Amino acid sequence: MPKDSGIGASPKRREDIRFLTGVGNYTDDINRPGQAYMHVLRSDMAHARIKNIDTAAAMAMPGVIHIFTGDDFEAIGGIPCGWQVTDRFGEVMKEPKHPVLAHGKVRHVGDPICAIVAETLAEARDAAEAIELDLEELPAVINMADALESGSATVHDELGDNLCYDWGFVEENKEAVDEAIKNAAHVTTVELINNRLVPNPMEARVAIGEYDRAGDMSTLYTTSQNPHVIRLLMGAFVLGIPEHKLRVVAPDVGGGFGSKIYHYAEEALCTFAAKTLKRPVKWVSTRTEAFMSDAHARDHVTKIELALDADNNFTAVRTNTLANMGAYLSTFAPSIPTWLHGTLMAGNYKTPLVYVNVRAVFTNTVPVDAYRGAGRPEATYQLERVIDKAARELGVDPFELRRQNFVTEFPYQTPVAVEYDSGDFHRLVDKLEKSADFGGFAARRAESEKKGLLRGLGVNCFIEACGIAPSNLVGQLGARAGLYESATVRVNATGGIVVMTGSHSHGQGHETVFPQVISEMIGIDESMVEIVHGDTANTPMGMGTYGSRSIAVGGPAMVRATEKIINKAKKIAAHLMEASEADIELKDGAFSVAGTDKSVAWGDVTLAAYVPHNYPLEDIEPGLEETAFYDPANFTYPAGAYACEVEVDPDTGKVTIAKFTTADDFGNVVNPMIVEGQVHGGLTQGIGQALMENAAYDENGQLLSASYMDYAMPRAADVPNFTVDHTNGTPCTHNPLGVKGCGEAGAIGSTPTVVNAVLDAMYSGGHKVDHIDMPVSPSRVWAAMQKG
Amino acid sequence: MYNFDFEKPSSVADAVAALGAEDAQALGGGQTMIPTLKQRLASPSKLVSLTGIADMKGVSASGGAIKIGGATTHATVAAEAGSYPALAETASHIGDPAVRNRGTIGGSLANNDPSACYPAAALGSGATITTNTRDIAADDYFQGMFTTALDEGEIITAVTFPIPEKANYQKFVQPASRFALVGVFVAKYADGVRVAVTGASNDGVFRWAEAEAALSSNFSASALDGLAASGDMISDLHGTAEYRAHLVGVLTKRAVAAAA
Repeated sequence: MPKDSGIGASPKRREDIRFLTGVGNYTDDINRPGQAYMHVLRSDMAHARIKNIDTAAAMAMPGVIHIFTGDDFEAIGGIPCGWQVTDRFGEVMKEPKHPVLAHGKVRHVGDPICAIVAETLAEARDAAEAIELDLEELPAVINMADALESGSATVHDELGDNLCYDWGFVEENKEAVDEAIKNAAHVTTVELINNRLVPNPMEARVAIGEYDRAGDMSTLYTTSQNPHVIRLLMGAFVLGIPEHKLRVVAPDVGGGFGSKIYHYAEEALCTFAAKTLKRPVKWVSTRTEAFMSDAHARDHVTKIELALDADNNFTAVRTNTLANMGAYLSTFAPSIPTWLHGTLMAGNYKTPLVYVNVRAVFTNTVPVDAYRGAGRPEATYQLERVIDKAARELGVDPFELRRQNFVTEFPYQTPVAVEYDSGDFHRLVDKLEKSADFGGFAARRAESEKKGLLRGLGVNCFIEACGIAPSNLVGQLGARAGLYESATVRVNATGGIVVMTGSHSHGQGHETVFPQVISEMIGIDESMVEIVHGDTANTPMGMGTYGSRSIAVGGPAMVRATEKIINKAKKIAAHLMEASEADIELKDGAFSVAGTDKSVAWGDVTLAAYVPHNYPLEDIEPGLEETAFYDPANFTYPAGAYACEVEVDPDTGKVTIAKFTTADDFGNVVNPMIVEGQVHGGLTQGIGQALMENAAYDENGQLLSASYMDYAMPRAADVPNFTVDHTNGTPCTHNPLGVKGCGEAGAIGSTPTVVNAVLDAMYSGGHKVDHIDMPVSPSRVWAAMQKG
Repeated sequence: MYNFDFEKPSSVADAVAALGAEDAQALGGGQTMIPTLKQRLASPSKLVSLTGIADMKGVSASGGAIKIGGATTHATVAAEAGSYPALAETASHIGDPAVRNRGTIGGSLANNDPSACYPAAALGSGATITTNTRDIAADDYFQGMFTTALDEGEIITAVTFPIPEKANYQKFVQPASRFALVGVFVAKYADGVRVAVTGASNDGVFRWAEAEAALSSNFSASALDGLAASGDMISDLHGTAEYRAHLVGVLTKRAVAAAA
């Protein structure tokens, strides 16, 4: 019998009234009195020296208030990077300046050069066309291998070359791994590209800066996943505004997928312009600008080698990757190919030796940073591709090869630093074999063949690390931030509760899910709990939402604060019932004295806290409001096993996903419906990467896929009805909810599943194709079948 | 978008007069024009909407032909061109519902996008494009990518399609734009078969003469065995020239097999 409230129930999303009926409040819905409009003039060249910017004619245009250039920001800080990686030789990464507006050079198509503020947007755009730019085009650095050649043009001349860092992990294992591969009974190698993506949240970025002269107070309304992080980064490192003079508001946000974690130039520009001009200043990204200025994703070129002994046990993994940083270091960019990637390279397997080398490269392209999965999809994709290829080479069942090498004892210390706390990989595969009906595959393949189609079955097992923590560890790894989360639980006099969380919801459904946890703990109706987030003025300092961390880190913060509330409420209840505090029990929203029929309702206790007439004032303060900061002891480790069946049309190369089945372990699940939605979304994004999406540059650094005419996004008709399962997970052992996080799993687990299925289909048609790169487009599949 | 004047005349004569202004531009359903304006890639002095001209709207069939007003939307053709099922079917798969409810046949043919569907239907059917001044045979009308026989200020008022014995359109969509990566329209008439290909060639929509000859003597997919389309094929992110040439063959066979 499914529950109808509390943890494990699936109440419908209370956000939907806003999001589905047009009464949301997105940043672009906000307009401030006296607001002016900003247009950003961007580079149409990938790499050029700025010889002169003449704004005189533009300044004289109607409605123009001011034009900012790089000179205005020279004395001010640039955009900071939030993570410093140390390379395999003990040197810190190269960290070039990231000016708010281009200064000296432009370094990618879309690099902002001027910010024009005018009375209307049309006037600002007109003025932009009147700015005379004198740019001397320089050779563009696009291909990563070319970028590392000596004699290559340099994106940042002061760095000497284009290598950001050369990272080795675990460096002490390098020789042992090399030796193991040399001595292996079998080595399988895959060279692959993890294709560059554009995140494409439905809502493009928007920023509004406002300045209150009376209070010397700056406010930034922005499309952010983490307003407190933006306040700290922009206030302390760019504009020099202390936190108490800067408020950052991220209201309803229409998706982020990582791309709205980072501090972007336009946020600083609007805040700075508002203070300088004493006018609110609004900027709204066009979709074209989003393609050229939102941080891109993935873009790895990798060679992975898997060594096996004569009994098919994995003995070592060695992987070498070139990771594209783009033209500048975005906020968390250096951490993605390193600590969020190398640490997952053991996968679900007890491979004893792993060595990961990553060289991060600057190129004249849009900066690359975290996107749904962030490093973990890149790890999973290569590992699960090489395992599948090994199974084919060895003539063994791909699932059996995985099963044989599974980690089975927990906790498990991997050779790549992380320690898995819980999991049951065999159970996931057992469930999947049933739900995906492997037994019926041969019959389904025969049906497909009757239609002239090749059918393939692809499988994948994966583990990921979510809720990145603890802060003291990530500090050692180079993070320039803590990774705790916060919550203030404010109980009102009549018993209703407002939770002010440092997590940020941009579609995840926190306003529905978080009250379920409180309801479970206190035994009151979910409708008595309201969630407040997204405004630094009324929430405690928190790190926001990304990395599947909201329920895994933000949830426990709320639990800890609520425990404090309950403890205090028990003291009040004990006083009201003249009983010992130790005897007080809380159940179904009432406090009772164990072994008696005495009880007081939740509302009686909360009222007493605020109308403390009969109250232990000598022992405890009035009021009922508590704050907790939660810093996890470890990452959480969701895991899964996925199966995909595809049909490939041998005449056209078109791939159709016929069936997609998942078995996920998210630990405990608070709202199964919302978790299912997260999985659907993640799978669709992964299928998009596998089959369709590709951010392609030409050799001059022009983005070829700069609009939806050429950048293919998955639509509903491109994905099947998913069969998903996330029941009976193994609870996380180190957080109070036993939760692991579910936001990224679908995107992490799906790409290798799809590509393995396509390769299986081609093999079934007699095409010995060992490898194909994403996106597995019809053109590429057809071309592969002509060769193989 | 830059500022422009806007007129919505109710007769062809008034539209022609309005288009006499310097840098005036006709506006059909705006499915290409409006995005172009929003990108500031065009700056007409005046837009002259053709969608208020009742005489340019509607579908009528007589004498073995179907006539479609130049300002008729794709949705209307899909719903009302039942006497030429392959044409109605083609219209029903152009773009998405929003595009089909705004976009017009005249607008599509005047623009002559090399990946659009209607040029294949018009050329494959040997349609006649009627303007405010003359009738133009489809074979003379299409003159390369985004290039047509239309003169400055000339308006497509109607398009007349002879109804074939059998016809079919096969579109293989480009996954991003959902335009035709390659589209092939095959129509079998008493006096022969016409095969028109869109999406594939740098010269825009074209007739595949070898396939027409083979199918005119034997209207079956097998008649195409061994034939390969040639020409200056498009090569881009979504498909090489070689792939497009291959798809022309595959889709022509499928169109023949499906023709009804």
